[in-house]
This record gives sequence, structure tokens and C-alpha cells, in this order.
Amino acid sequence: MNQRFISASPHIHDNLNIQKIMVTVIITLIPAGAWAIYLFGLQVLWITLTAIVSAVLTEFVCQKIMKRPVSILDGSAVLTGLLLAYNLPPDVPLWIPAVGSLVAVFIGKQIFGGLGFNPMNPALIGRAFLMASWPVHMTVFDAPLRNNMPVSGIDSVTGATPLAVFKHMREILIHKSDLLPEQVTQAQQTMAELNGAYMKLFIGQVGGCIGEVSALLLFLGGCYLLYHHIISWKIPVAYIGTVMILTTILGENPLFHALSGGLFLGAIYMATDMVTSPVTFRGRLLFGVGCGILTVVIRFWGGYPEGVSYSILLMNLVTPLLDKYTRPKVFGG
Amino acid sequence: MSFKKDLIKGIFQENPVFRLMLGLCPVLATSTSVQNALGMGSAVIFVLLCSNIIVSLVRNWVPAKIRIPIYISIIATFVTIVDLVMAGYLPDLHKSLGLFIPLIVVNCIILGRAEAFAGKNGVFRSILDALGMGIGFTLALTIIATFREILGNGTWMGVPLFGPSFEPVLLMILSPGAFITIGLLIGLLNWTDHARKIRHS
Repeated sequence: MNQRFISASPHIHDNLNIQKIMVTVIITLIPAGAWAIYLFGLQVLWITLTAIVSAVLTEFVCQKIMKRPVSILDGSAVLTGLLLAYNLPPDVPLWIPAVGSLVAVFIGKQIFGGLGFNPMNPALIGRAFLMASWPVHMTVFDAPLRNNMPVSGIDSVTGATPLAVFKHMREILIHKSDLLPEQVTQAQQTMAELNGAYMKLFIGQVGGCIGEVSALLLFLGGCYLLYHHIISWKIPVAYIGTVMILTTILGENPLFHALSGGLFLGAIYMATDMVTSPVTFRGRLLFGVGCGILTVVIRFWGGYPEGVSYSILLMNLVTPLLDKYTRPKVFGG
Repeated sequence: MSFKKDLIKGIFQENPVFRLMLGLCPVLATSTSVQNALGMGSAVIFVLLCSNIIVSLVRNWVPAKIRIPIYISIIATFVTIVDLVMAGYLPDLHKSLGLFIPLIVVNCIILGRAEAFAGKNGVFRSILDALGMGIGFTLALTIIATFREILGNGTWMGVPLFGPSFEPVLLMILSPGAFITIGLLIGLLNWTDHARKIRHS
């Protein structure tokens, strides 16, 4: 059960197995989590541990009840719990990660037949469930304890995320004519400050979900995974590239949009999930482009400030279709 | 024996929701609370019973080519009665069920029973069939509504079950909650059936 190959042929034999892949991915995610503990405090650690323990327990109980071989040691449940925790605000009550992981592993994965059969990313299913069920807990962000981004107009206690501020300010600038001139100048000033704060966004001195704040650490983790061929460059590059090109066309700052929100976490760690993303070259590029377009559409015109998780879930659903229509021609055929 | 089977089959082996997968739209839409479910269920039982009786009575005079419009007119008559009676005596329930009362006209269960059973069988058996199917539908609707109301609202039949610290799972009373509940329940039923078959063989 431990050996499942999902790449397009030709298949080269390697001693890589699921457990090794999962452990490598988990290790590359640890720096981002450690940074979040430094930034937001120790409760981040408890949230992450709760999510992991709940995910592993759910996997164990499901596999016992369904009389399947218990595979909690392959690390896939640990990774699901970890990724779910990284998608939560840093100050949620502990029952949120516990319920989220239960839903992620049970409804997102085991119901469909376990690892390899889930049509969508389980951690994102968990997040979508929590988002629809307890929107208040999921959208209130604590400001970082240290080095908060000094942007005027941002409440420093509840610390709205840069993307939430961006969306709010953009609304103001669109409806300029109905508002007082002072409000408009204030919004323009805030926008300029947001757009100038690359270093803060890159290093991760901003409010946001646990695992998404530091683009730098996620980028380094992604490089390590690329070097070991655990992920391919196509999806992250196509995804982040599309977001940057589209935001440029729409007249906004592409660097701000690439570095803020969950884009790096999503593009490197969740859109590249082996089970739920295409296996062909063109399929992967199209998958990344689709995710990018949907993310920008949600960020600019959707109901939420951030659209990475929903765009990946939606593209997960068309993965079989992408694989079908981008199948390479048989040589000589 | 056969009469008993006519009555029982709609509740278990041929449950319209869990087995035949008929009438899923009203199930998805009106299973947000047990009160709505019972209201919808009794409206369907009434319409199904009356339409099955009339369809079965006139079955020998209905030309085969225009039977569907005739069945629909018969069903629509009783739906209008339910709609007006409910609006008059149970205005709150009528308001919360809204469009789904007039939509009983196109409920696949009712037309399905007229076409598949009442149009071919006698009045007494059609009554048993209507009662069985109607009770089966109401039972399924109430089970789904029980899960959704308890989790999504923290109440059952409007009675609060948990303390004030319970934060309801909002998703369960939104439409995804209906799909997830129905899917899990059908999966559970198929799974227990499968397990029983394995044990028997």
C-alpha cells in the first residue's frame, strides 16, 4: 500500500515512498511554523499540535471502522493537519483545528477511499468547512506581537490582513465620488504604504494565517522540495506568474499581490498536492494559470479578501479533465 | 402479504429518498429544521394519497397518450388545496416552506407513483402505496432535518439542546450541509446493506 506511482510514464524506479515524501514536506514547513510562533506567540504551537493530533486520530478511527489497513505512519494525515493549521488565524479557539482536521480527513479523504482517491485537497476542505461554519472565528486576525506593519488606518489590535485592507481601500477608491475627499486621500496613502512594504511582506512581519505570513521561508522550503523533485516548478511558477501578470494588467502592484496572503503557501504546498493536481506538463501549466485567474478574480471582485484556497479547490475539481485533454501523443502514434 | 408489502416497501426497500433518489430538491431545501420537514412531509402525504386515489379511479378512462397532463392536473388540484389551507391555518409554516409547496406539483415521487403504481393498480393498493411512500419520504426528510437542525442550529423541533456556549455549525443549515448529510446517510445505508449481504453469504 505504500508504493503508489502517479507520474506520467516513463517510470524510473526510485526508493522514494509516500512516507519519505511526506516527512520531507513536513520538515520544509517547520521553519514557517516556527516563525509564526515567534510572531504570534505560543498558542500557534497548540493550534498546530491540536490539528495534527485530531487528523491522525480521525485517520486511525476511520481506517479501523472501515477495516482498512491503518496507515497513520505514512505521514499524510500529519501533513493534512499541519497544512490545515497553517490556514487558520493565529488566535482561533482550539476546538476549531480539532473539528477542522476531523472534517478534512473524514469528509475530505477517507470517505473517498483514503490517500490517493480524494478529489480535492483535504486540508482545504477542512478550511472551507470552518470558513462556512464559523466565519467570525476564521476572519478575525490577531496583530503580530512583534514588528507589526506600521500602516496607518490599520487597527493595530485586531490587525486586519494586508489583503483585507487592500480590498477595503480599493472599494473606497472605486466609489471615490460618494465619499469625503479626506477619506479618499487617506485611502490613497494607505494603498501607497501597503505597496511599499515589500520587505515586511517578504519576511513576514504582517498579520495573517499561521503558515502564510513568511513568503521567504515558504520560498526556501519550496526550493528544497524542487531540488529533491518532490514538487515540479510548473504549478507554482504558472500560478504566481499568472497572479502577477493579471494584477499588472489590472493596474495594481504585482509584487504586493504575489507576496501577500496565502499565495506562496497555496502555490508551493497545496496546489502541488500529488493526488489532486494534473500529472501532464501542459495540464500542470493550465492548472496553475487557472488557479491564478481565480485567485485574482476572488481578490478583486469576490466576497472574501483572499481567494487562494477556493481557487485551488475549484481547480482540483477539473484536474481529471485537464489530465484527459492534455495527454501527450503516443510517440509514433 | 402483498398488501403489507405495498405499504412497507416505500418505507424501507424502496424509500423514495434513500433508495429511489426521487424528490431530492424538496429534501435538500426543506430539511433545515424538523418542523419544516414534518410540514413538508404531511403536505406530500396528503397530495400523494389523494392523487393516487383519483388516478387509480380514473385509470381505465385515461388515454395513454395524454396521461401525463391529466395526472399533473389532478396533482395540481390537491397542491392548490394544500397551499391555500396551509396559508390560512399555518401561515408561519407556509412562509418558511415558501415556493416548495407549489413545487410539490412537479415532485417526482408523486408523478412517479401515479405513473408507476396508481395508473396500473386498484384503489386499495394505491392507497397503501401512497401511505408507504409518503411515510418513507417524511421519515427520510425528518432524519436528515434532525442532523441538520441539531448541528446547524443547536435545537430539535425548536427546543434548544445545548448550553449557550455551543456555536452552531452554520454550514449544516446552508445548502452544502444538506448535500453532505444526504450523501453520508446514503453511504451509511449502502455500507450496512453491503455488510449484511456479506454476512449472509
